[in-house]
Order: sequence, then C-alpha cells, then structure tokens
Amino acid sequence: MAVSPDDIEIELFLRALQQRHGYDFSQYAPASLKRRIVQLSHSQGMRTISGLIERVLYEPGFMSVVLEGLSVPVSEMFRDPQVFRALRDHVLPVLASYSQVNIWLAGCAHGQEVYSLAILLEEAGLYDRCQLYATDFNDAALWQAQEAIYPAREAQLWSRNYAAAGGAHSLADYYSARYELIKLDERLRRNVIFANHNLVTDDVFCEAHLVLCRNVLIYFGDTLQDRALNLFRDSLRRGGFLCLGIRESIDFAPSARDFSAVDAKLRIYQLGNKS
Amino acid sequence: MTSPRAIVIGCSAGGLTALEVLLGGLDPRIPAAVLVCCHTGSSDVEILCELLARHTQLPVVEAGERAAARNGTVHVAPSGYHLLVEHDERFALSVDPKVNFSRPSIDVLFASAADAYGASLIGIVMTGANQDGACGLADIRRCGGLSIVQDPADAEVRTMPQAALDIAGADHCIPLAAIAPLLNRLCLS
Repeated sequence: MAVSPDDIEIELFLRALQQRHGYDFSQYAPASLKRRIVQLSHSQGMRTISGLIERVLYEPGFMSVVLEGLSVPVSEMFRDPQVFRALRDHVLPVLASYSQVNIWLAGCAHGQEVYSLAILLEEAGLYDRCQLYATDFNDAALWQAQEAIYPAREAQLWSRNYAAAGGAHSLADYYSARYELIKLDERLRRNVIFANHNLVTDDVFCEAHLVLCRNVLIYFGDTLQDRALNLFRDSLRRGGFLCLGIRESIDFAPSARDFSAVDAKLRIYQLGNKS
Repeated sequence: MTSPRAIVIGCSAGGLTALEVLLGGLDPRIPAAVLVCCHTGSSDVEILCELLARHTQLPVVEAGERAAARNGTVHVAPSGYHLLVEHDERFALSVDPKVNFSRPSIDVLFASAADAYGASLIGIVMTGANQDGACGLADIRRCGGLSIVQDPADAEVRTMPQAALDIAGADHCIPLAAIAPLLNRLCLS
C-alpha cells in the first residue's frame, strides 16, 4: 500500500527537527505524536504539515513553539492520590534512613508533581535532607514550573486529591490566591533544582534514591522506553525506588527485569531485590 | 471495505445498557478485536469490565498500555486516559488534554484506529449526550472503513448518533438490537 502523504510529511518534519535542531522524536509512540503534530499545524493555521517544515528550517524561534506543541504539560497536584499515600507509607520511611536523599522528577512539565512531592516530604519532616532534581526537555515548561502559578479553578480538584492522599493540613496552607490564580509557597522549592534534561539523548547526572516519572514513558515507543528505564536504573542506588504512571506497562521492556515491584498496581518499583 | 479485523464502539450517556445489548449479541467466534470507548464518569474501569462481562460470552478486559488487540476480546478504554491504536495493533495511552470534554475521547480512539486498520475497520456510534465520535467516524470512512450509527430515534440519548449522522454519515443507521446480528454477519461470513 502507498504511504499516505501525511505520514511522509511527518517523517520529513521529524528529520528536520533532528537535523536542524537536535531534537529526536523519531522513537516516540507514533499515534499520539501524529495527533500532536496535526494539531500543531492546525493551531499555526497551516493547511499541511509541510508548512511546519519550512518554518522549522527557516524561522528563528519557531522551535520553541514546536516544543510547546509536542510536549505534554497536562497534570494535576496529587494526581492518583493513592500513589502519594503509598509513597508516604512505604517509600518515605526507607528514605528516612538516609542522611541525604536525592530525588529525580523526570519530565516534570509544569511542576505539579514536584510540589506535590515537596509537600509530602515537608509533612514527613524529610524535606530538609532532600535534594530534588526536576527536569524536562522543554525550557518553557521548566520556567512555568519554577513560577509555580496555576489557574485557581484547579485548586478544588487538587485540594480533594491532597486530602485523599492523606495530607495533614489544607492545601490552601501552601498557596496564596489572587484573582484567577494561585501561587504556591516559594519555600516548597528551596531544595529543588530545575534543569533541562532530555530522556531521549541525555545521560545520568545524579545518584538518586527515588525517581518519579509518571505518564511520560507512555509517549515513548518500546526502544525509547527501554532507554529511559536503563537511564533510571543507572541513576538509582541499589534499592532505590522508581514510580511510574498507574496505567504504564514495562512488561515489554528488557530492562524491567532489573526492577522488582513494591506495589505492582500503583507502579512503584525498587531496583534489584529480586527474590 | 475488506474483511474487518477490528470493531471500535463509542457511546456516552445510556452507553452501559447499549453495550450490554450489543456485546451480548456478539458471536464469541468473531475474528475481530472489539475496542470500546464509553464515557462513564466512573474512575474504575475494572467495574465496567465486570458489568459488561456478565452480558457477553467474549472476554472483557481493560485495554492495557502496549498490549496487543486480540481477536474475540473486548478491550475497554481506561478512564482518565485517551486510548489509541498503533500500526502494529497494540494499544497506546495518552494524558493529552480532553477532547470534546472527554478523556478517553471516542474521536481520538477512532482516528488512530482508522490509521491502524484502514479499510478493515468497523466504527459504531451509539447513544450519548455530546458530539464525541462524529469526527472520528468520518476519519474511519475516509480510510475506507464501515460506519454504523444507532438510529437516533432508538437511542436513549439521541445527540451523539445524530451528530455522527450529520458529520460522518452512516453505511448502516439501525436500531440497537440489529447491530450485533449485522456485525456477526459482516465478520463471520
């Protein structure tokens, strides 16, 4: 069967991104990627994806628009509250036995997960011995994550999540509201380093006790998923924890054998310790 | 269309009852994968699978990330995620923004299935209170697949099938009770 024009355009578009700007999306899961690229072309008023290719090649600054369009900043605080409850009950007590704890939040997008974990650590009395590394390949998202300003309409759902996660106070204790926005307490990021890191091309940069990477690898094809898992394995101390999104499957990844499940249903794993 | 390898079903308000009838009428020997996207509002897809399994001889499972679509099995989209099908007929999930106020969105599933299965796909839109599925059904037809829409007059809520008729059109616009017999005929003959 002949290859459809849009599939040819997508291949050319991805090649342009890689060769001109060094961003390799070729190993992403194709269906979602295609959807995003088509949406990006529509939002830019293009009739075809070919129009995007020209702008990627010749228009300075257009690459940041592309990165915005191809990354997923959708998240919420304490999403899947039962995961945070499990982290508090089963993972934090182990981390508490170390005097210095490194935590890597990979693909942190707008930072909701970072601040959720920060609150969890604060309430467990562990925050001050933790160094959090929050990384993303999208600088604009990282900037927003550092700002920690979110639409106030989200606060209701996030407060419910926080309570369901077993939060000790009220989420409102951690933010100030003004007009239609909330801003999280700056103290929550006193031990957070925000840095650009691309799971597709970059390497190990810390020795972590916990890696949190939820709903990021679902956008990766099998090969890239395995690369990322290898990277997490090499970044984790023996016995370190890995937390993925609750619907993610690592069953097809060769590197999955290096991890054992702490809570299989909630996708919390530990490096080594295979019985 | 060529002989169908997959059937994608979208429904919303009133969808549970409609699915019970449709899946209940399917021949368990059906040589096609059945993919379901139903906006339930419930966060527990396991309960939905259990409820549906009571009414059909086909196994009903949650569509798992990276798992393969299997013939003669009903795969249900998990709540909170969009369900997509890749070209190798395995499932992918996404947490992209809601489409038509929905996640999972029927349009997202249908568009990716149309890409993956081409002319070997049957798309079905049934009862529901929004317009999700109409654009996806148009994608399916554009790729050579077959479109079935529950007769709006027969639907518990007619908005969704009516939108599908208006935007995509139907090869068959029939009452709920006639859908499963038609599928059995199309897939087993």
